[in-house]
Amino acid sequence: MNRSEPAQEQGPSARPAAATLEFREATKIYPGQDDPAVDALSLTVPAGEICVLVGPSGCGKTTAMRMVNRMIDITSGDILLDGRSVRERRPAELRREIGYAIQQIGLFPHLTVADNIATVPRLLGWPKDRTRARVDQLLELVSLDPADTRDRYPAQLSGGQRQRVGVARALAADPPLMLMDEPFGAIDPINRERLQNEFLRLQKEIRKTVVFVTHDIDEAIKMGDRIAVLQRGGKLAQYAPPAELLMYPNGRFVEDFVGADRALKRLALQRVRDIDLWKAPLVRVGEPVADARRKVQDSDVPYPLLVDADGRPLGWLSERALTGERVTEDLRSKAEPAVELDDVLRDALSDLLANEAQYGPVLDARGAVAGVLSLEIIGHALQEPPEQVRSGADALAADG
Amino acid sequence: MLDLIAQVQIQDRSSGDASCVADNGFCPSWIVDNLNRYTDPLLQHVYLTIVSLAIGFAISFGLALIAHRRRWLVAPITQITGVLYTLPSIAVFFLLLPITGRGNTTAIIALVAYSLLIIFRNIIAGLDNVPAETKDAGRGMGLTDRQLLWRVELPLALPEILAGLRIAATTTVGLATLAFFAGAGGLGERIFEDIVFKSNVVTAGALAVLLAAAFDVVILIVQRAVTPWARARAS
Ligand SMILES: Nc1ncnc2c1ncn2[C@@H]1O[C@H](COP(=O)(O)OP(=O)(O)OP(=O)(O)O)[C@@H](O)[C@H]1O
Ligand SMILES: [Mg+2]
Repeated sequence: MNRSEPAQEQGPSARPAAATLEFREATKIYPGQDDPAVDALSLTVPAGEICVLVGPSGCGKTTAMRMVNRMIDITSGDILLDGRSVRERRPAELRREIGYAIQQIGLFPHLTVADNIATVPRLLGWPKDRTRARVDQLLELVSLDPADTRDRYPAQLSGGQRQRVGVARALAADPPLMLMDEPFGAIDPINRERLQNEFLRLQKEIRKTVVFVTHDIDEAIKMGDRIAVLQRGGKLAQYAPPAELLMYPNGRFVEDFVGADRALKRLALQRVRDIDLWKAPLVRVGEPVADARRKVQDSDVPYPLLVDADGRPLGWLSERALTGERVTEDLRSKAEPAVELDDVLRDALSDLLANEAQYGPVLDARGAVAGVLSLEIIGHALQEPPEQVRSGADALAADG
Repeated sequence: MLDLIAQVQIQDRSSGDASCVADNGFCPSWIVDNLNRYTDPLLQHVYLTIVSLAIGFAISFGLALIAHRRRWLVAPITQITGVLYTLPSIAVFFLLLPITGRGNTTAIIALVAYSLLIIFRNIIAGLDNVPAETKDAGRGMGLTDRQLLWRVELPLALPEILAGLRIAATTTVGLATLAFFAGAGGLGERIFEDIVFKSNVVTAGALAVLLAAAFDVVILIVQRAVTPWARARAS
């Protein structure tokens, strides 16, 4: 997990794949206003990480983000890209090195998908065949079929497809930094979730430095390696990885903003495979009862779990199954709920509660029992220090 | 007096169905025989229209580009071209005659003056209708102002620009029928030369209408050819 190091060159560009971004007391006061929209913002985004700017409406997230590519002029302070001030760069040149995706997408309606994506490569004077190859590569990267999509106009795409093209266009010239302003804000919840997952998976491959703006704390927790919570007037309230933010909010504002269910939100950052499970007392039909009893004694679970020849759970055994010489198939209850290793703890907890169960078997990818998850284990997980909780992006990317 | 003029004109009308012609009626056979009398006026009419439109478009386009980045100029330019638009063309012809004399120049100046408002307003409207997020995305990707204008804003404004050109073309064809007052000929000259003879008036008038329709259709075809995206919808 060396996320702070610049990721290796992936695309066809000769530039490094990720840049370090540093805000130094960056301040914006709009003309004619007394109070700053962004107030002495200082934070550093290590190369290859997703920094989420989150906060209530009007707190200055968009303003902060747009100062980076000089779409908005910096009033005072500075912003450094790989140590170099953006203020000494020519805006148009600077912007060609920074991917830019906005909620309204802003695809060019008069250009085909391919021409939209080729915008920056053409500005940079790439040769034609390199641009064409890059367009197809990007369409595949964002899960669109190049042959089917390439020649369509934006009006001929669904909202989700347009959003994907917007991301592909922003990535076209392999920029070391991406700015994304509520990129999935206008999408229905199901597609938003899909796009979020796709982007995290993509990010695992491309390892860009990303500034991601949202007003949705759940999206922030899911997407961010680090989260900057802004409050009205553009003041930075807290800058921390998601788990730390949820565990140690540094004041009333952040505490209220992350919500009363912040402990539950933390469970969304961890997967079942990340925590220590109970050992399951697995027994098979025909096994000596003495063995079965010993297994139960060695385990935290009070009953043996009957499994088939492949280790798949059949159910919890009753007392009567253990009265004879050998274990019989006499079940007290089915092995429910069955939790999977890749489930996030929040979903697993929800399954346990829905089944009124104290514990349940955990299955691996083949359906065999890998252990037992209990309410008690989840309770322990909540007390784990945040350094040991992986960020949402890592947790999701890990199962790719 | 009128009789005398009629007498002269009837002698001018060669051949055809003599009695129909003598009655100043609508005589198809006369029209067929005399179509070639309208060739030169028609070509002159086309010439006046195209030259006026081209100059009117060039001036309006220049004004629109200047005003696009200096919004405060839109109102005064609209007002000035608006005044030119409302001036009766005939009055303009007579006003210009002492300065530019009889001929094409005078007619074209008047026709151009008339077309400016229509074209200017449509270019500005077209540019204004370009979605803000499209411009924002373009700028955010590193297009300069000039690249944004030529690669994004003007292409997206094309439907409105060409719609303005269509209106300007049909009105210019109509107004050019008055160009003979400035001594610039055109179909109007034929009409007013023998305004009592139905065959003449109908032929010249129909040619003017057909010409207007032809301009309209040609520009529409161009518009469809250069804006394929405007008809693209979810399939
Ligand atoms: N061009 C502008 N001129 C003047 N004030 C502005 C301008 N743009 C934004 N503001 C003000 O600056 C503050 C921050 O705006 P900004 O758009 O950065 O907020 P935001 O956090 O992105 O909000 P939202 O979640 O609603 O998008 C707001 O009070 C807004 O009214
Ligand atoms: Mg915003």
